[in-house]
Amino acid sequence: MKQIVVAESLTKHYGDFPALKGVSFNISEGECFGLLGHNGAGKSTTLKMLYGLARVESGQLRLFDHPISLTPPAIKQILGVVPQEDNLDPDLPVLENLITYARLFGIGRAQAREKSLAMLRFMGLDAKEESLIDALSGGQKRRLVIARALLNSPRLLILDEPTTGLDPQGRHLVWQKLRGLKSEGVTMVLTTHYMEEAAQLCDRLVIMHEGLVLTEGTPSELVASHVLPFVIEIRLPLDAIPDDIGDRVNAFGGEALPVMEGLFLYTREGNRLWQQIGDWGLPQHSCFLRPASLEDVFLRLTGRGTEP
Amino acid sequence: MIGAFRVLSRHWQVFARTWLHNLMFNVAEPLLYLSALGFGLGMLIGDIEGVSYLQFIAPGMVALSAMYSATFECTYGTFLRLHYQKTLQAILVGPVTVGEVIAGELLYGMFKSVLFGVVILIVVSILGLVPAVTAVFIPLFLVLPGAVFSILAVCYTAMIKNIDQLNYYITLAIMPFFLFGGLYFPVGNLPDWVQQLNWLNPLYHSIEVCRALALGQISDRLWVHVAVLSAMIIVLARLPLRLMKNRLLV
Repeated sequence: MKQIVVAESLTKHYGDFPALKGVSFNISEGECFGLLGHNGAGKSTTLKMLYGLARVESGQLRLFDHPISLTPPAIKQILGVVPQEDNLDPDLPVLENLITYARLFGIGRAQAREKSLAMLRFMGLDAKEESLIDALSGGQKRRLVIARALLNSPRLLILDEPTTGLDPQGRHLVWQKLRGLKSEGVTMVLTTHYMEEAAQLCDRLVIMHEGLVLTEGTPSELVASHVLPFVIEIRLPLDAIPDDIGDRVNAFGGEALPVMEGLFLYTREGNRLWQQIGDWGLPQHSCFLRPASLEDVFLRLTGRGTEP
Repeated sequence: MIGAFRVLSRHWQVFARTWLHNLMFNVAEPLLYLSALGFGLGMLIGDIEGVSYLQFIAPGMVALSAMYSATFECTYGTFLRLHYQKTLQAILVGPVTVGEVIAGELLYGMFKSVLFGVVILIVVSILGLVPAVTAVFIPLFLVLPGAVFSILAVCYTAMIKNIDQLNYYITLAIMPFFLFGGLYFPVGNLPDWVQQLNWLNPLYHSIEVCRALALGQISDRLWVHVAVLSAMIIVLARLPLRLMKNRLLV
Protein backbone atom coordinates (compact mmCIF):
# COMPACT_ATOMS: atom_id res chain seq x y z
CA MET A 1 0.00 0.00 0.00
CA LYS A 2 1.30 3.45 -0.90
CA GLN A 3 2.21 5.59 2.11
CA ILE A 4 0.61 9.03 1.99
CA VAL A 5 2.03 10.23 5.31
CA VAL A 6 5.25 9.06 6.89
CA ALA A 7 6.09 10.75 10.17
CA GLU A 8 9.23 9.88 12.08
CA SER A 9 10.18 11.23 15.50
CA LEU A 10 8.43 14.58 15.03
CA THR A 11 9.10 17.10 17.76
CA LYS A 12 7.73 20.54 18.47
CA HIS A 13 8.21 23.03 21.29
CA TYR A 14 6.06 26.02 22.16
CA GLY A 15 8.63 28.07 24.00
CA ASP A 16 9.95 25.63 26.57
CA PHE A 17 6.87 23.45 26.46
CA PRO A 18 7.38 20.24 24.47
CA ALA A 19 4.17 19.71 22.51
CA LEU A 20 5.53 16.74 20.54
CA LYS A 21 8.33 14.59 21.90
CA GLY A 22 9.01 12.24 18.99
CA VAL A 23 5.83 11.21 17.21
CA SER A 24 5.96 8.53 14.52
CA PHE A 25 3.19 7.02 12.42
CA ASN A 26 2.34 6.15 8.82
CA ILE A 27 -0.87 6.56 6.90
CA SER A 28 -1.57 4.42 3.84
CA GLU A 29 -3.63 5.42 0.85
CA GLY A 30 -7.37 4.93 1.34
CA GLU A 31 -7.05 4.48 5.07
CA CYS A 32 -8.85 6.33 7.85
CA PHE A 33 -6.33 7.01 10.57
CA GLY A 34 -7.17 8.34 14.01
CA LEU A 35 -5.27 10.31 16.65
CA LEU A 36 -6.77 9.93 20.11
CA GLY A 37 -5.70 11.78 23.18
CA HIS A 38 -6.55 14.32 25.88
CA ASN A 39 -6.52 18.02 25.18
CA GLY A 40 -2.87 18.96 25.01
CA ALA A 41 -1.71 15.51 23.92
CA GLY A 42 -0.29 16.93 20.70
CA LYS A 43 -2.99 15.87 18.23
CA SER A 44 -3.71 19.30 16.79
CA THR A 45 -0.03 20.18 16.58
CA THR A 46 0.57 17.00 14.61
CA LEU A 47 -2.24 17.85 12.21
CA LYS A 48 -1.03 21.45 11.84
CA MET A 49 2.30 20.07 10.77
CA LEU A 50 0.56 18.09 8.06
CA TYR A 51 -1.53 20.97 6.74
CA GLY A 52 1.10 23.63 6.86
CA LEU A 53 0.40 25.88 9.86
CA ALA A 54 3.27 24.40 11.88
CA ARG A 55 6.85 23.87 10.81
CA VAL A 56 8.56 20.55 11.39
CA GLU A 57 11.07 21.25 14.16
CA SER A 58 12.97 17.98 14.14
CA GLY A 59 12.27 14.50 12.87
CA GLN A 60 11.10 13.70 9.38
CA LEU A 61 7.81 14.17 7.66
CA ARG A 62 6.97 12.96 4.17
CA LEU A 63 3.67 13.78 2.47
CA PHE A 64 2.89 12.13 -0.84
CA ASP A 65 6.54 11.14 -0.98
CA HIS A 66 7.87 14.68 -0.57
CA PRO A 67 10.05 15.64 2.39
CA ILE A 68 8.34 18.44 4.32
CA SER A 69 9.63 21.16 6.59
CA LEU A 70 6.66 23.45 5.96
CA THR A 71 3.93 22.05 3.72
CA PRO A 72 4.15 23.92 0.39
CA PRO A 73 1.21 25.17 -1.72
CA ALA A 74 1.57 22.34 -4.25
CA ILE A 75 0.76 19.82 -1.51
CA LYS A 76 -1.83 22.01 0.21
CA GLN A 77 -3.59 22.01 -3.16
CA ILE A 78 -4.53 18.33 -2.63
CA LEU A 79 -5.36 18.51 1.09
CA GLY A 80 -8.78 19.07 2.59
CA VAL A 81 -8.64 20.56 6.08
CA VAL A 82 -11.26 20.80 8.82
CA PRO A 83 -9.54 22.79 11.56
CA GLN A 84 -10.62 22.59 15.16
CA GLU A 85 -12.00 26.13 15.07
CA ASP A 86 -14.78 26.99 12.64
CA ASN A 87 -12.83 29.70 10.83
CA LEU A 88 -15.51 30.43 8.26
CA ASP A 89 -15.44 33.86 6.68
CA PRO A 90 -17.97 35.94 8.63
CA ASP A 91 -17.77 38.68 6.00
CA LEU A 92 -19.37 36.46 3.37
CA PRO A 93 -22.65 34.48 3.24
CA VAL A 94 -22.68 30.69 3.06
CA LEU A 95 -22.49 30.05 -0.68
CA GLU A 96 -19.99 32.86 -1.24
CA ASN A 97 -17.82 31.40 1.53
CA LEU A 98 -17.46 28.23 -0.47
CA ILE A 99 -17.07 29.87 -3.88
CA THR A 100 -14.39 32.22 -2.58
CA TYR A 101 -12.53 29.37 -0.96
CA ALA A 102 -12.73 27.22 -4.09
CA ARG A 103 -11.31 30.16 -6.08
CA LEU A 104 -8.29 30.10 -3.79
CA PHE A 105 -7.51 26.70 -5.26
CA GLY A 106 -7.58 28.11 -8.77
CA ILE A 107 -11.02 26.73 -9.62
CA GLY A 108 -12.81 28.93 -12.18
CA ARG A 109 -15.80 30.95 -11.01
CA ALA A 110 -18.52 28.95 -12.81
CA GLN A 111 -17.07 25.63 -11.71
CA ALA A 112 -16.50 26.93 -8.19
CA ARG A 113 -20.16 27.85 -7.96
CA GLU A 114 -21.30 24.50 -9.28
CA LYS A 115 -18.99 22.62 -6.92
CA SER A 116 -20.06 24.77 -3.95
CA LEU A 117 -23.74 24.15 -4.59
CA ALA A 118 -23.05 20.42 -4.87
CA MET A 119 -21.18 20.44 -1.54
CA LEU A 120 -23.99 22.37 0.19
CA ARG A 121 -26.42 19.71 -1.01
CA PHE A 122 -24.06 16.95 0.05
CA MET A 123 -23.86 18.37 3.58
CA GLY A 124 -27.58 19.14 3.76
CA LEU A 125 -27.13 22.91 3.77
CA ASP A 126 -28.74 23.82 0.46
CA ALA A 127 -31.46 25.87 2.15
CA LYS A 128 -28.80 28.10 3.72
CA GLU A 129 -27.09 29.46 0.60
CA GLU A 130 -27.70 33.12 1.40
CA SER A 131 -27.50 32.89 5.21
CA LEU A 132 -24.84 34.74 7.10
CA ILE A 133 -22.35 32.64 9.01
CA ASP A 134 -23.43 34.13 12.33
CA ALA A 135 -26.97 32.91 11.70
CA LEU A 136 -25.93 29.25 11.44
CA SER A 137 -26.14 26.80 14.32
CA GLY A 138 -22.96 25.20 15.64
CA GLY A 139 -23.72 22.00 13.78
CA GLN A 140 -24.41 23.81 10.51
CA LYS A 141 -21.11 25.68 10.80
CA ARG A 142 -19.25 22.45 11.34
CA ARG A 143 -20.90 20.86 8.31
CA LEU A 144 -20.07 23.93 6.25
CA VAL A 145 -16.41 23.69 7.27
CA ILE A 146 -16.43 20.06 6.14
CA ALA A 147 -18.10 21.06 2.86
CA ARG A 148 -15.38 23.68 2.39
CA ALA A 149 -12.68 21.06 2.94
CA LEU A 150 -14.08 18.95 0.10
CA LEU A 151 -14.25 21.64 -2.59
CA ASN A 152 -10.88 20.79 -4.12
CA SER A 153 -11.59 17.02 -4.15
CA PRO A 154 -8.72 16.40 -1.73
CA ARG A 155 -6.62 13.26 -1.75
CA LEU A 156 -5.99 13.56 1.97
CA LEU A 157 -8.69 14.84 4.29
CA ILE A 158 -7.46 16.15 7.64
CA LEU A 159 -10.14 16.50 10.31
CA ASP A 160 -9.39 18.05 13.70
CA GLU A 161 -12.27 17.03 15.96
CA PRO A 162 -14.83 17.01 13.15
CA THR A 163 -17.88 16.36 15.33
CA THR A 164 -17.06 18.25 18.52
CA GLY A 165 -20.08 20.33 19.46
CA LEU A 166 -22.51 18.46 17.23
CA ASP A 167 -25.74 16.93 18.47
CA PRO A 168 -26.19 13.16 18.01
CA GLN A 169 -28.04 13.56 14.70
CA GLY A 170 -25.39 15.90 13.39
CA ARG A 171 -22.66 13.55 14.47
CA HIS A 172 -24.23 10.57 12.74
CA LEU A 173 -24.76 12.62 9.60
CA VAL A 174 -21.09 13.58 9.54
CA TRP A 175 -20.02 9.99 10.17
CA GLN A 176 -22.22 8.83 7.33
CA LYS A 177 -20.68 11.39 4.97
CA LEU A 178 -17.15 10.49 6.04
CA ARG A 179 -17.83 6.79 5.51
CA GLY A 180 -19.10 7.67 2.05
CA LEU A 181 -15.90 9.55 1.26
CA LYS A 182 -13.82 6.72 2.59
CA SER A 183 -15.58 4.26 0.32
CA GLU A 184 -14.64 6.55 -2.56
CA GLY A 185 -11.01 6.05 -1.58
CA VAL A 186 -10.30 9.37 0.16
CA THR A 187 -7.50 8.98 2.71
CA MET A 188 -8.42 10.51 6.07
CA VAL A 189 -6.75 11.44 9.29
CA LEU A 190 -8.82 12.65 12.21
CA THR A 191 -8.50 13.54 15.85
CA THR A 192 -11.31 12.94 18.26
CA HIS A 193 -12.28 12.73 21.91
CA TYR A 194 -15.05 10.32 21.11
CA MET A 195 -14.00 6.70 21.32
CA GLU A 196 -17.15 5.66 19.55
CA GLU A 197 -16.21 7.91 16.65
CA ALA A 198 -12.75 6.39 16.45
CA ALA A 199 -14.14 2.87 16.64
CA GLN A 200 -16.74 3.62 13.95
CA LEU A 201 -14.50 5.37 11.47
CA CYS A 202 -10.85 4.53 11.96
CA ASP A 203 -9.10 1.59 10.37
CA ARG A 204 -6.10 2.27 12.51
CA LEU A 205 -5.28 4.70 15.25
CA VAL A 206 -2.72 5.89 17.70
CA ILE A 207 -3.31 6.96 21.27
CA MET A 208 -1.26 10.04 22.12
CA HIS A 209 -0.38 11.36 25.54
CA GLU A 210 1.78 14.33 26.46
CA GLY A 211 3.42 14.52 23.06
CA LEU A 212 4.11 10.82 22.64
CA VAL A 213 2.44 7.96 20.81
CA LEU A 214 1.56 5.35 23.43
CA THR A 215 0.20 2.67 21.16
CA GLU A 216 -0.92 1.99 17.63
CA GLY A 217 -3.22 -0.54 15.98
CA THR A 218 -6.73 -1.27 14.75
CA PRO A 219 -9.45 -0.60 17.32
CA SER A 220 -9.99 -4.33 17.93
CA GLU A 221 -6.24 -5.02 18.19
CA LEU A 222 -5.89 -2.30 20.78
CA VAL A 223 -8.77 -3.62 22.84
CA ALA A 224 -7.43 -7.16 22.63
CA SER A 225 -3.88 -6.24 23.56
CA HIS A 226 -4.42 -3.71 26.34
CA VAL A 227 -7.49 -4.75 28.32
CA LEU A 228 -9.37 -7.90 29.30
CA PRO A 229 -12.49 -8.47 27.18
CA PHE A 230 -15.19 -7.73 29.78
CA VAL A 231 -15.76 -4.86 32.16
CA ILE A 232 -17.97 -4.44 35.14
CA GLU A 233 -18.45 -0.78 35.97
CA ILE A 234 -19.17 -0.23 39.62
CA ARG A 235 -21.28 2.86 39.89
CA LEU A 236 -20.79 3.60 43.54
CA PRO A 237 -18.66 6.19 45.27
CA LEU A 238 -15.24 4.80 46.15
CA ASP A 239 -15.94 4.92 49.90
CA ALA A 240 -19.04 2.74 49.41
CA ILE A 241 -16.99 0.02 47.71
CA PRO A 242 -15.51 -2.60 50.04
CA ASP A 243 -11.73 -2.17 50.39
CA ASP A 244 -10.90 -5.75 49.56
CA ILE A 245 -12.52 -5.76 46.10
CA GLY A 246 -9.18 -5.16 44.38
CA ASP A 247 -7.61 -8.19 46.02
CA ARG A 248 -10.62 -10.37 45.36
CA VAL A 249 -10.68 -9.44 41.68
CA ASN A 250 -6.97 -10.10 41.37
CA ALA A 251 -7.42 -13.51 42.99
CA PHE A 252 -10.25 -14.13 40.51
CA GLY A 253 -7.84 -13.49 37.65
CA GLY A 254 -9.14 -10.03 36.79
CA GLU A 255 -8.02 -6.52 37.42
CA ALA A 256 -9.54 -3.48 39.15
CA LEU A 257 -8.92 -0.02 37.77
CA PRO A 258 -10.06 3.16 39.55
CA VAL A 259 -11.70 5.47 37.01
CA MET A 260 -13.09 8.91 37.74
CA GLU A 261 -13.90 8.26 41.40
CA GLY A 262 -15.39 4.85 40.56
CA LEU A 263 -14.02 1.39 39.93
CA PHE A 264 -13.90 -0.73 36.76
CA LEU A 265 -13.33 -4.48 37.03
CA TYR A 266 -11.76 -6.15 34.01
CA THR A 267 -12.02 -9.89 33.43
CA ARG A 268 -11.96 -12.68 30.86
CA GLU A 269 -15.04 -14.25 32.40
CA GLY A 270 -17.66 -11.55 32.52
CA ASN A 271 -20.63 -13.66 33.46
CA ARG A 272 -18.84 -15.61 36.17
CA LEU A 273 -17.56 -12.42 37.82
CA TRP A 274 -21.03 -10.87 37.52
CA GLN A 275 -22.47 -13.78 39.53
CA GLN A 276 -19.68 -13.36 42.05
CA ILE A 277 -19.81 -9.64 42.93
CA GLY A 278 -23.06 -9.89 44.92
CA ASP A 279 -21.25 -12.05 47.45
CA TRP A 280 -18.48 -9.45 47.66
CA GLY A 281 -20.93 -6.77 48.78
CA LEU A 282 -21.59 -5.13 45.44
CA PRO A 283 -25.31 -4.96 44.54
CA GLN A 284 -25.85 -5.77 40.85
CA HIS A 285 -28.20 -2.83 40.35
CA SER A 286 -25.27 -0.49 40.97
CA CYS A 287 -23.06 -2.34 38.50
CA PHE A 288 -22.98 -2.69 34.74
CA LEU A 289 -21.45 -5.51 32.70
CA ARG A 290 -20.31 -4.77 29.14
CA PRO A 291 -17.65 -5.80 26.61
CA ALA A 292 -14.41 -3.83 26.81
CA SER A 293 -14.01 -1.03 24.28
CA LEU A 294 -11.52 1.50 23.03
CA GLU A 295 -12.54 3.75 25.88
CA ASP A 296 -11.09 1.24 28.35
CA VAL A 297 -7.82 1.17 26.43
CA PHE A 298 -7.74 4.93 26.50
CA LEU A 299 -8.50 5.18 30.21
CA ARG A 300 -5.92 2.58 31.00
CA LEU A 301 -3.12 4.12 28.96
CA THR A 302 -3.64 7.81 29.52
CA GLY A 303 -4.10 7.83 33.25
CA ARG A 304 -6.95 7.36 35.60
CA GLY A 305 -9.35 9.74 37.18
CA THR A 306 -8.63 12.48 34.67
CA GLU A 307 -11.01 13.86 32.11
CA PRO A 308 -11.02 11.74 28.94
CA MET B 1 2.68 35.35 -6.74
CA ILE B 2 -0.61 34.22 -8.29
CA GLY B 3 -1.56 33.21 -4.75
CA ALA B 4 -1.42 36.85 -3.62
CA PHE B 5 -4.01 37.78 -6.23
CA ARG B 6 -6.19 34.86 -5.21
CA VAL B 7 -6.04 36.17 -1.63
CA LEU B 8 -6.82 39.65 -2.93
CA SER B 9 -9.82 38.26 -4.78
CA ARG B 10 -11.25 37.09 -1.44
CA HIS B 11 -10.88 40.64 -0.11
CA TRP B 12 -12.45 41.91 -3.29
CA GLN B 13 -15.52 39.71 -2.71
CA VAL B 14 -15.91 41.26 0.72
CA PHE B 15 -15.32 44.75 -0.62
CA ALA B 16 -17.99 44.24 -3.28
CA ARG B 17 -20.48 43.73 -0.44
CA THR B 18 -19.36 46.49 1.89
CA TRP B 19 -18.09 49.28 -0.36
CA LEU B 20 -20.91 51.66 0.45
CA HIS B 21 -20.22 51.63 4.20
CA ASN B 22 -16.53 51.88 3.41
CA LEU B 23 -17.15 54.86 1.22
CA MET B 24 -19.10 56.70 3.91
CA PHE B 25 -16.46 56.01 6.52
CA ASN B 26 -13.45 56.91 4.42
CA VAL B 27 -14.89 59.88 2.60
CA ALA B 28 -16.93 61.57 5.30
CA GLU B 29 -13.99 62.36 7.57
CA PRO B 30 -11.77 64.23 5.10
CA LEU B 31 -14.79 66.14 3.82
CA LEU B 32 -15.72 67.17 7.36
CA TYR B 33 -12.18 68.44 7.92
CA LEU B 34 -12.24 70.19 4.60
CA SER B 35 -15.49 72.00 5.23
CA ALA B 36 -14.87 72.86 8.89
CA LEU B 37 -11.32 74.11 8.46
CA GLY B 38 -11.68 75.33 4.91
CA PHE B 39 -14.71 77.48 5.53
CA GLY B 40 -14.02 78.28 9.19
CA LEU B 41 -10.29 78.86 9.29
CA GLY B 42 -10.13 79.80 5.61
CA MET B 43 -12.20 82.92 6.29
CA LEU B 44 -9.52 84.18 8.65
CA ILE B 45 -6.54 83.22 6.56
CA GLY B 46 -7.29 84.27 3.04
CA ASP B 47 -4.66 83.23 0.51
CA ILE B 48 -1.71 81.03 1.33
CA GLU B 49 1.30 80.63 -0.98
CA GLY B 50 -0.71 82.28 -3.72
CA VAL B 51 -3.79 80.04 -3.60
CA SER B 52 -6.99 80.10 -1.58
CA TYR B 53 -6.90 78.25 1.73
CA LEU B 54 -9.40 75.68 0.45
CA GLN B 55 -7.22 75.02 -2.58
CA PHE B 56 -4.23 74.70 -0.29
CA ILE B 57 -5.75 72.03 1.93
CA ALA B 58 -7.83 70.12 -0.67
CA PRO B 59 -4.92 68.03 -2.05
CA GLY B 60 -3.95 67.24 1.53
CA MET B 61 -7.41 65.76 2.03
CA VAL B 62 -6.69 63.39 -0.84
CA ALA B 63 -3.44 62.30 0.81
CA LEU B 64 -5.17 62.06 4.19
CA SER B 65 -7.98 59.87 2.90
CA ALA B 66 -5.44 57.61 1.19
CA MET B 67 -3.46 57.30 4.43
CA TYR B 68 -6.52 56.53 6.55
CA SER B 69 -7.83 53.91 4.14
CA ALA B 70 -4.60 51.93 4.05
CA THR B 71 -4.05 52.38 7.76
CA PHE B 72 -7.46 51.21 8.92
CA GLU B 73 -7.56 48.28 6.53
CA CYS B 74 -4.15 47.01 7.58
CA THR B 75 -4.55 47.67 11.30
CA TYR B 76 -8.12 46.95 12.38
CA GLY B 77 -8.99 44.94 9.27
CA THR B 78 -5.88 42.79 9.40
CA PHE B 79 -6.10 42.40 13.18
CA LEU B 80 -9.67 41.12 12.95
CA ARG B 81 -8.80 38.69 10.18
CA LEU B 82 -5.79 37.46 12.13
CA HIS B 83 -7.09 37.20 15.69
CA TYR B 84 -10.88 37.20 15.66
CA GLN B 85 -12.09 35.80 12.38
CA LYS B 86 -9.02 33.62 11.75
CA THR B 87 -9.58 34.32 8.08
CA LEU B 88 -5.86 34.54 7.40
CA GLN B 89 -5.30 31.11 8.92
CA ALA B 90 -8.16 29.70 6.85
CA ILE B 91 -6.65 31.15 3.69
CA LEU B 92 -3.20 29.88 4.60
CA VAL B 93 -4.51 26.33 4.76
CA GLY B 94 -5.23 26.73 1.06
CA PRO B 95 -2.50 26.51 -1.58
CA VAL B 96 -0.76 29.79 -0.74
CA THR B 97 2.36 30.79 1.18
CA VAL B 98 2.50 33.14 4.17
CA GLY B 99 4.18 35.65 1.87
CA GLU B 100 1.21 35.55 -0.49
CA VAL B 101 -1.28 35.97 2.36
CA ILE B 102 0.62 39.05 3.55
CA ALA B 103 1.02 40.36 0.02
CA GLY B 104 -2.76 40.02 -0.32
CA GLU B 105 -3.25 42.17 2.79
CA LEU B 106 -0.85 44.82 1.49
CA LEU B 107 -2.40 44.88 -1.97
CA TYR B 108 -5.84 45.30 -0.43
CA GLY B 109 -4.58 48.19 1.71
CA MET B 110 -3.01 49.81 -1.36
CA PHE B 111 -6.13 49.27 -3.43
CA LYS B 112 -8.34 50.95 -0.84
CA SER B 113 -5.81 53.71 -0.34
CA VAL B 114 -5.71 54.65 -4.01
CA LEU B 115 -9.45 54.20 -4.41
CA PHE B 116 -10.48 56.45 -1.54
CA GLY B 117 -7.79 58.98 -2.40
CA VAL B 118 -9.28 59.15 -5.87
CA VAL B 119 -12.81 59.50 -4.52
CA ILE B 120 -11.75 62.58 -2.55
CA LEU B 121 -9.84 63.86 -5.55
CA ILE B 122 -13.02 63.65 -7.62
CA VAL B 123 -15.02 65.42 -4.93
CA VAL B 124 -12.57 68.32 -4.54
CA SER B 125 -12.28 68.57 -8.32
CA ILE B 126 -16.03 68.91 -8.58
CA LEU B 127 -15.83 71.63 -5.94
CA GLY B 128 -13.41 73.43 -8.23
CA LEU B 129 -10.44 73.16 -5.89
CA VAL B 130 -8.08 71.41 -8.32
CA PRO B 131 -6.90 73.89 -10.96
CA ALA B 132 -4.16 71.87 -12.73
CA VAL B 133 -4.51 68.95 -15.15
CA THR B 134 -1.34 67.41 -13.71
CA ALA B 135 -3.72 66.16 -10.99
CA VAL B 136 -4.42 63.17 -13.25
CA PHE B 137 -1.09 61.74 -12.07
CA ILE B 138 -2.23 61.72 -8.44
CA PRO B 139 -3.91 58.27 -8.60
CA LEU B 140 -0.75 56.73 -9.97
CA PHE B 141 1.38 58.47 -7.36
CA LEU B 142 -0.91 57.31 -4.50
CA VAL B 143 0.33 53.76 -4.99
CA LEU B 144 3.57 54.74 -3.23
CA PRO B 145 2.19 56.19 0.02
CA GLY B 146 -0.48 53.45 -0.10
CA ALA B 147 2.27 50.85 0.01
CA VAL B 148 4.17 52.66 2.79
CA PHE B 149 1.11 53.02 5.03
CA SER B 150 -0.01 49.45 4.40
CA ILE B 151 3.43 48.07 5.23
CA LEU B 152 3.73 50.16 8.41
CA ALA B 153 0.26 49.13 9.54
CA VAL B 154 0.77 45.40 8.92
CA CYS B 155 4.11 45.54 10.76
CA TYR B 156 2.58 47.22 13.77
CA THR B 157 -0.42 44.87 13.73
CA ALA B 158 1.91 41.87 13.67
CA MET B 159 3.68 43.13 16.78
CA ILE B 160 0.66 43.53 19.06
CA LYS B 161 -1.58 41.01 20.78
CA ASN B 162 -4.41 43.21 21.96
CA ILE B 163 -6.67 45.27 19.73
CA ASP B 164 -6.52 48.24 22.14
CA GLN B 165 -2.83 48.57 21.37
CA LEU B 166 -3.79 49.80 17.91
CA ASN B 167 -4.68 53.10 19.57
CA TYR B 168 -0.99 53.76 20.23
CA TYR B 169 -0.26 53.53 16.54
CA ILE B 170 -3.11 55.83 15.61
CA THR B 171 -2.30 58.38 18.31
CA LEU B 172 1.48 58.28 18.26
CA ALA B 173 2.16 57.72 14.56
CA ILE B 174 -0.83 58.60 12.40
CA MET B 175 -1.86 61.73 14.35
CA PRO B 176 1.60 63.38 14.26
CA PHE B 177 1.95 62.45 10.59
CA PHE B 178 -1.21 64.33 9.96
CA LEU B 179 -0.75 67.27 12.34
CA PHE B 180 2.82 68.06 11.29
CA GLY B 181 2.72 66.87 7.68
CA GLY B 182 1.89 70.24 6.21
CA LEU B 183 -1.77 69.64 5.69
CA TYR B 184 -3.21 72.79 7.24
CA PHE B 185 -0.21 75.09 7.04
CA PRO B 186 3.07 75.17 5.11
CA VAL B 187 5.73 73.12 6.89
CA GLY B 188 8.15 76.04 6.50
CA ASN B 189 6.42 77.63 9.54
CA LEU B 190 7.47 74.74 11.79
CA PRO B 191 10.62 74.71 13.95
CA ASP B 192 13.65 73.46 12.14
CA TRP B 193 13.92 70.14 13.97
CA VAL B 194 10.29 69.30 13.15
CA GLN B 195 11.05 70.01 9.51
CA GLN B 196 13.98 67.61 9.68
CA LEU B 197 11.80 64.94 11.30
CA ASN B 198 9.25 65.40 8.55
CA TRP B 199 11.60 63.62 6.17
CA LEU B 200 10.54 60.46 7.99
CA ASN B 201 6.87 61.38 7.72
CA PRO B 202 5.38 59.59 4.71
CA LEU B 203 2.28 61.77 4.79
CA TYR B 204 4.44 64.90 4.41
CA HIS B 205 5.90 63.56 1.16
CA SER B 206 2.48 62.45 0.00
CA ILE B 207 0.91 65.86 0.68
CA GLU B 208 3.76 67.72 -1.03
CA VAL B 209 3.38 65.69 -4.21
CA CYS B 210 -0.42 65.71 -4.25
CA ARG B 211 -0.47 69.48 -3.72
CA ALA B 212 2.11 70.15 -6.41
CA LEU B 213 0.24 67.98 -8.90
CA ALA B 214 -3.13 69.50 -8.00
CA LEU B 215 -1.86 73.07 -8.26
CA GLY B 216 0.41 72.45 -11.23
CA GLN B 217 3.58 73.45 -9.33
CA ILE B 218 5.80 70.87 -10.99
CA SER B 219 9.48 70.87 -10.04
CA ASP B 220 12.38 68.44 -9.78
CA ARG B 221 11.90 68.49 -6.04
CA LEU B 222 8.91 66.15 -6.45
CA TRP B 223 11.29 63.37 -7.43
CA VAL B 224 12.96 63.70 -4.06
CA HIS B 225 9.64 62.93 -2.33
CA VAL B 226 9.01 60.05 -4.69
CA ALA B 227 12.50 58.74 -4.00
CA VAL B 228 12.06 58.92 -0.23
CA LEU B 229 8.76 57.05 -0.38
CA SER B 230 10.27 54.45 -2.70
CA ALA B 231 13.23 54.05 -0.35
CA MET B 232 10.84 53.49 2.57
CA ILE B 233 9.10 50.75 0.61
CA ILE B 234 12.37 49.07 -0.31
CA VAL B 235 13.73 49.21 3.23
CA LEU B 236 10.51 48.01 4.88
CA ALA B 237 9.22 45.61 2.24
CA ARG B 238 10.39 42.39 3.86
CA LEU B 239 9.44 43.32 7.39
CA PRO B 240 5.69 42.49 7.32
CA LEU B 241 6.43 38.92 6.27
CA ARG B 242 9.13 38.47 8.89
CA LEU B 243 6.85 39.72 11.65
CA MET B 244 3.67 38.01 10.48
CA LYS B 245 5.31 34.63 9.98
CA ASN B 246 5.50 34.19 13.72
CA ARG B 247 1.86 35.11 14.08
CA LEU B 248 0.56 32.71 11.44
CA LEU B 249 2.90 29.77 11.82
CA VAL B 250 4.03 27.84 14.88
